[in-house]
Amino acid sequence: MHQHTIAQLVQGLRDREYSSVELTRHYLDRIKRLDGTYNSFITVTEERALAQAARADERLAQGKAPALCGVPIAHKDIFCTLGVRTSCASKMLDNFIAPYNATIVENYEAAGAVMLGKTNMDEFAMGSSNETSFYGPVKNPWDTGCVPGGSSGGSAASVAAHLAPAATASDTGGSIRQPAALCGLTGLKPTYGRVSRWGMIAFASSLDQAGTLTRTAADSALMLNAMASFDPKDSTCVDQPLEDYTAHLDQPLDGLKIGIPKEYFGDGLNAETAARVQDAIKIYESLGATTHDISLPHTHLAVPAYYVIAPAECSANLSRFDGVRYGHRCDNPTDLHDLYERSRSEGFGEEVKRRILVGTYALSAGYYDAYYNKAQQVRRLIKQDFVDAFDKVDVILGPTSPSPAFAFGAKSQDPVAMYLEDIYTIATNLAGLPGLSIPCGLVDSKPVGLQLIGNYFAEGRLLNVAHQFQLATDFHEKCAPGID
Amino acid sequence: MEWETVIGLEVHVQLSTNTKLFSGASTAFGADPNTQACAVDLAMPGTLPVANEQAFHNAVKFGLAVNAEIGKRSVFERKNYFYPDLPKGYQTTQLAEPIVGPGYVDLQLEGGRTKRVRIHHAHLEEDAGKSLHEDYHGMTGIDLNRAGTPLIEVVTEPDMRSAEEAVAFARQLHNIVTSLEICDGDMSQGSMRFDVNISVRLKGEEEFGTRTETKNLNSFRFMEECIALEVERQIDVLEDGGKIVQETRLYNGETKTARSMRTKEDSNDYRYFPCPDLLPVIIDDDFIETVRQDMPELPEARRERFIKDYDLPDYDASQLAGDRATADYFEATVKACGEAKLAGNWVMADLAAYLNKEEIGIAQSPVTPVMLGGLIARIKDGTISSKIAKKVFEAMTKGEGDADAIIEKQGLKQVSDTGELEKMVDDVIANNQAQVDNYRNADPAKRPKMLGFFVGQIMKASKGQANPQAVNEILIKKLEG
Repeated sequence: MHQHTIAQLVQGLRDREYSSVELTRHYLDRIKRLDGTYNSFITVTEERALAQAARADERLAQGKAPALCGVPIAHKDIFCTLGVRTSCASKMLDNFIAPYNATIVENYEAAGAVMLGKTNMDEFAMGSSNETSFYGPVKNPWDTGCVPGGSSGGSAASVAAHLAPAATASDTGGSIRQPAALCGLTGLKPTYGRVSRWGMIAFASSLDQAGTLTRTAADSALMLNAMASFDPKDSTCVDQPLEDYTAHLDQPLDGLKIGIPKEYFGDGLNAETAARVQDAIKIYESLGATTHDISLPHTHLAVPAYYVIAPAECSANLSRFDGVRYGHRCDNPTDLHDLYERSRSEGFGEEVKRRILVGTYALSAGYYDAYYNKAQQVRRLIKQDFVDAFDKVDVILGPTSPSPAFAFGAKSQDPVAMYLEDIYTIATNLAGLPGLSIPCGLVDSKPVGLQLIGNYFAEGRLLNVAHQFQLATDFHEKCAPGID
Repeated sequence: MEWETVIGLEVHVQLSTNTKLFSGASTAFGADPNTQACAVDLAMPGTLPVANEQAFHNAVKFGLAVNAEIGKRSVFERKNYFYPDLPKGYQTTQLAEPIVGPGYVDLQLEGGRTKRVRIHHAHLEEDAGKSLHEDYHGMTGIDLNRAGTPLIEVVTEPDMRSAEEAVAFARQLHNIVTSLEICDGDMSQGSMRFDVNISVRLKGEEEFGTRTETKNLNSFRFMEECIALEVERQIDVLEDGGKIVQETRLYNGETKTARSMRTKEDSNDYRYFPCPDLLPVIIDDDFIETVRQDMPELPEARRERFIKDYDLPDYDASQLAGDRATADYFEATVKACGEAKLAGNWVMADLAAYLNKEEIGIAQSPVTPVMLGGLIARIKDGTISSKIAKKVFEAMTKGEGDADAIIEKQGLKQVSDTGELEKMVDDVIANNQAQVDNYRNADPAKRPKMLGFFVGQIMKASKGQANPQAVNEILIKKLEG
């Protein structure tokens, strides 16, 4: 059962090959048996999962099953889940039981999905290796000496190790696509505003976007169908008509114009990774697409602009964690200042503190114009690069990350090296565009990700382009060694 | 040396919306602590703000009332600081692009003097919660019911030159926001709070002196007292050769003293930046037009209309038109009796005195405009005298019914029946022969004064119900006839 895609599971449940309770129990058993190795879950919600599964079976029996009825999935621990610890992988929220559901959690419940548990991640989604989690690092199923990527490392590892058929995730600068690349999965970050942020613990509000990690593009389409909604509780959510993202999967790629940005193939890109991406370009040409050299001239400014804007927003977003109303509070505070200082010093990890400090500095009197304002100007230029490019091409193609999964500790002492992991993914967040990563081969027996970037709200087209590639190739069917 | 006072005000006006500025929680005052704070107000992780349209409606209404430009693009920013009653660790407010731009208010001062005070801008922001230091034995209680309540902060130019002008402005602002019904105006509950910026300079000097800011005054009287105190302090410092330190001060209305709270050196760097959770709000002309349709008549226009339509003296019109509830009451009374001058007198004198004594607002008056109008109508048609009317009014305040019922029940109807009155006059003349003789022997010029004695006797005998005019006529006829 655990080798099935979501599409297959939906069919299997409807055909009564297995019940949702059987399926859920199967995944829970696998988690129990195998996750000691990967550490991909922070919390497993066995009771809740089995209750949801039993309800799903009833609905299936009544013939009134919604789209994902009975399908088990995992939620990144950044999404609030009513009555369940929602930690954001931080000591700060180790004791936090969310009093409400995130909109996307509600949406999946409405679609009949079963929640297996909450997946591990970098603390407050700050990291590209899942090494900053309070609950310890997540191991990459392809090579347990290597990182799974981050920040959605737990979601990626759980799907790659077949502990869940799909998982929700979030992407602020590459946190869905980079782990997808490093774990051989399909990772979709929708357009900013396509999916509600209500109940997703904020890192950088103008960049954060929920999305999915799945094994195929067709599964991403099914998952996005359930996840996307217009939510009046999120002022930045866009009231764009919902569509069936599976509707255009089978459309042929004849006439598709693919832009290849020269800036995505420069220094810093692993030669083998580049070769896999070049192979993928040839496959697309064989499928009827034409490729076009394009330029995104401000690409080199994306990482610096991002590391001003994201920390600036995070410095304010994380102020609410003050030890007053919930979350970690230091023992025996002597006064208010002591309460703040020790609660926050003890509750936050090093990377989170670094970003709060960077952001506080960037917003300070006398520095605001030089950093924050300048970064916002750069952001507009980056967005304009994409707008210009999409006048000429339908999708943009390049690598997802510069190299395959790296060993634990390889970059954790060098923040800038770690930040460069997201060099190809960050610009799409700054522009608010949808991006997707699919597997396109192996380097040193580790997966390589191919990134596709679409125009605003063109998730349907993006998924179609990815699906056609997966029909023609079997990279996405490759499993991590030892995973049956 | 002659000194000149320079005053600018920052006024926090709590908007009477049903729900908070960014959440659906109720804004009603007086609930148990933390029962009106939802997940958004508590800054639970993952919650997001959604701007309240009613608050924008109210703010635009205010902008139109003070002749201001309306900000077509309105941007919320985060003002960052840590305090336990500020759950998010930042206040969502406006800075560079506020909802209300430059405007002005014209004041009518005593002696017919007028004064224009310019409004620099007014912005929308959320209120913080309350820290409760009493009753917690060395600890502090936090009540977040108020957290997120919508405010507009009105910032004036430093245009006021005396406490009198500042208080007149404050009162006028109070009249405007209550007339617009965008604020309940209840200062005891903090619905309007004033920060006063004060500096002094030598008369004729162009540069402003260093100013201090006294925060959170919640009555006109405190404001007046605090300005007098601070102006005196600053002049003393300067005349002694000292310098004014730019600082934030607190005034204690009970002890009538003020103290420094913090100086500029330890002021916060608030690190303002646009709130990424809220998109800029675009105010289009249609929205402004909708608000304009909804504008009530403002105090100044109403004052002018009272003079024109009701032929009221300037003073009466100002008194009656200032406060919307009073003006509405007055107009309803006029409608009920058709007597503007009399209605005005009753509202300003007897009714005001009664409300003052009972410490209730005009809206809570047990005597409705229709009842007061009914009373005035009975004065006008001669049923009762003004003196008896006071008695009837008092009975009305005690809930004894309307004027006609009270007059009927207590038999207060004025006696105008000539036969009955003649009998009373005859009795008085018969019983006071000495006074009658005196009258008849007196110089005719002195007689009108002497008549008072007989009128008094008759009024006494009739328990005040005799029609005085009729009594006079009959008396003169009998005494001189």
